[in-house]
Amino acid sequence: MIMESCPECSSPVASQDRFCEACGRNLRLQRTPVGGPGSQWPPMCACGGEEFDADGFCEQCGRARPSARDRVEFVLPGVAGVSDRGKRRQRNEDSMAFGRVRGRGVAAVVCDGVASSERAEQASQTAVDTAADVLLTGLQAGMDAESSTTDSVVAANDAVGRLARPEAAEVAPSCTFVSAVVTDDSATVGWVGDSRAYLVAEAGAARLTTDDTWAAQLVAEGVLTEEEALTDRRAHVLSRWLGADSGVEAPQTVTFKVETPGLLVLCSDGLWNYVPEPEDLLEVLPRGVPPIEVARELVEVALKAGGHDNITVVVVQLRGGHGA
Amino acid sequence: MALDFAVEVFQNEYLPEGAADVDAIVTVTTTGVAAEVVSADAAEVVIVDTSASMAYPPSKLTAAKQATVAAIDALRDGVWFAVVAGTDTARVVYPRSRKLVVADSRSRAAAKQAVRALRADGGTAMGRWLALADDLFAGFEGGPRHAILLTDGENQHESPRQLTKVLDEVAGRFTCDCRGVGTDWRVAELRRIAEAMLGTVDIVADPDGLAADFRSMAASAMGKAVADVSLRLWTPEGARVVSLKQVSPGLRDLTGRRVESGPRTGEYPTGAWGGAESRDYHLRVRVRPAGVGDRMLASRVSLVGPSGEVLGQGRVLAVWTEDSALSTRISSEVAHYTGQAELAEAIQDGLEARKSGDVGRATAKLGRAVRLAHESGNTDTAKLLAKVVEVEDPRTGTVKLRARVADADEMTLDTRSTVTKRVGKG
Repeated sequence: MIMESCPECSSPVASQDRFCEACGRNLRLQRTPVGGPGSQWPPMCACGGEEFDADGFCEQCGRARPSARDRVEFVLPGVAGVSDRGKRRQRNEDSMAFGRVRGRGVAAVVCDGVASSERAEQASQTAVDTAADVLLTGLQAGMDAESSTTDSVVAANDAVGRLARPEAAEVAPSCTFVSAVVTDDSATVGWVGDSRAYLVAEAGAARLTTDDTWAAQLVAEGVLTEEEALTDRRAHVLSRWLGADSGVEAPQTVTFKVETPGLLVLCSDGLWNYVPEPEDLLEVLPRGVPPIEVARELVEVALKAGGHDNITVVVVQLRGGHGA
Repeated sequence: MALDFAVEVFQNEYLPEGAADVDAIVTVTTTGVAAEVVSADAAEVVIVDTSASMAYPPSKLTAAKQATVAAIDALRDGVWFAVVAGTDTARVVYPRSRKLVVADSRSRAAAKQAVRALRADGGTAMGRWLALADDLFAGFEGGPRHAILLTDGENQHESPRQLTKVLDEVAGRFTCDCRGVGTDWRVAELRRIAEAMLGTVDIVADPDGLAADFRSMAASAMGKAVADVSLRLWTPEGARVVSLKQVSPGLRDLTGRRVESGPRTGEYPTGAWGGAESRDYHLRVRVRPAGVGDRMLASRVSLVGPSGEVLGQGRVLAVWTEDSALSTRISSEVAHYTGQAELAEAIQDGLEARKSGDVGRATAKLGRAVRLAHESGNTDTAKLLAKVVEVEDPRTGTVKLRARVADADEMTLDTRSTVTKRVGKG
């Protein structure tokens, strides 16, 4: 019997316990907080000032109080994520959520709020929270990963759609979506928009998603080459997204067997703009470190390259049949 | 207090990377009924120039007396008042006690009688007139203190330094509207007094117009419900206020009037306020540029009442962005008033050049003024300009100096160069 401690109340618990004897917490399920980092404001301004006015401006240097969303790090066993505002954007409109059901697997979601829509950060947070709920419930219930991925997209799309104001349909809150459901021996990736998933293993790396963008569509139709598409101004114009005006009914999905150890990387375009090809990613990926270190390093790569957009990276460890 | 104050800020808060100057138009508007103000809460001193020149032509003194009588008639019962006659010294014409008296039918009649008996004799020393007005106001604590100063000549019997000394001393203790009658007074001199005393300046070329003008000034002064309102500006560390100017209803530079009132905080006087008033201020703050994506409070603008209470508040923001579609957008309010300030400067420079015989510079400056007045729809100023220059094409500012210009037309243009057109109104 392996002794661990309850993440809620630190009481000793046994690894096979489903609930903590002391506080009643579900020990099989661990997940990132609903609502994201929420209101855990950093206590200090970058200038060292500690007083803020009612609108959140530093009484010393006048700068807006840093948001808890500016830099978010979550770590769970076998999965970790980092989300960063980057160096150029006013807000971090990316969100991430993930969880782990002991003995079943891991579910993770990354959404990137569409900057031209209103309340984009609320859209992405609502989407990851809603989708993670559906995926984790599916994992606990042993549901088929593909259909639970589709369910999560439908639920997230509805939830984001409800944020829209009828009088401002053209700026209805919207976001992209990429998810992963990883069990002992298989992984399912689902996506809408241009957030991506990469598979990285000893043998090499591969991109698992194809962007829902006009440029990607033109490449698929042979109108543009990959290189042309990258520099084309339409490179990031989404052809599919989540939100009131999306018309999306299902994600694209891919399911594959996990036979060897490796990493699954979910990310927003704030990362992949700088390392678009799987080989590029492989080159900068640190080896032999836990997922959180991998995520931190990848975000650092994007920041050093300019950090023009919000950057979110979630890294899931694939054990290749050695237990999720 | 019967007045409500609202502070609004108009600006484009988006700045390109590295930019430090943040511009904003701050609009202060009052609502509420100023009529509820108790008359006893106002004080009025009328200062009439009785120097020898007022007798030539005699209609000048007659008109000045009539105007003063009209102002006295406009005083409501309960207002504290006095009349001062100014020469190279200053003398209280009414009452005899050298103290403000309460207006009622008896005191108004006595004051009018004393005014009618005035004679013109002596010189001009406006600093002494203002100093006496200040003495009269000294015992009065109630509310708005207002003076009307009427003159027809230059400040000949004291040095500019003496006048400056008096202005430094009395500024902020009462407001003073200045009127020049005829064409022998100096626009720059009266403008200086009016600016220091937070009042207006205007020309009364035709003495017949004086009475109506005095009546309306007295009425407007008694409509002020709150005296001594200040704009309090907080700016972040490392920032400074480059300029603060009232830009509507007229131009008035308040930059030099700052009084430090706390850490990173200074206050600027705006004078007294009545009901249904609206004034615009152009604020420019220079901050330490933050990074792209950062958001900064460049200034917190508070309107502060006589006893330090905050009557309204607004925020001037700065957001650095690399989206040039955002940062190159120009706030129409800021652009409009920048143009109006430039217009005033072009007129004053142009008239100065014209006086010194520099035809080229005068033509260029006044042409520029014609164009600015045309572009901003400032038709009043455009009309005044047309009396000084022949306008060939207002769109390009192509003009010729007129050979003969009436002194009154030139002085009217100069005096009213600081009258701006309100943004976005027709």
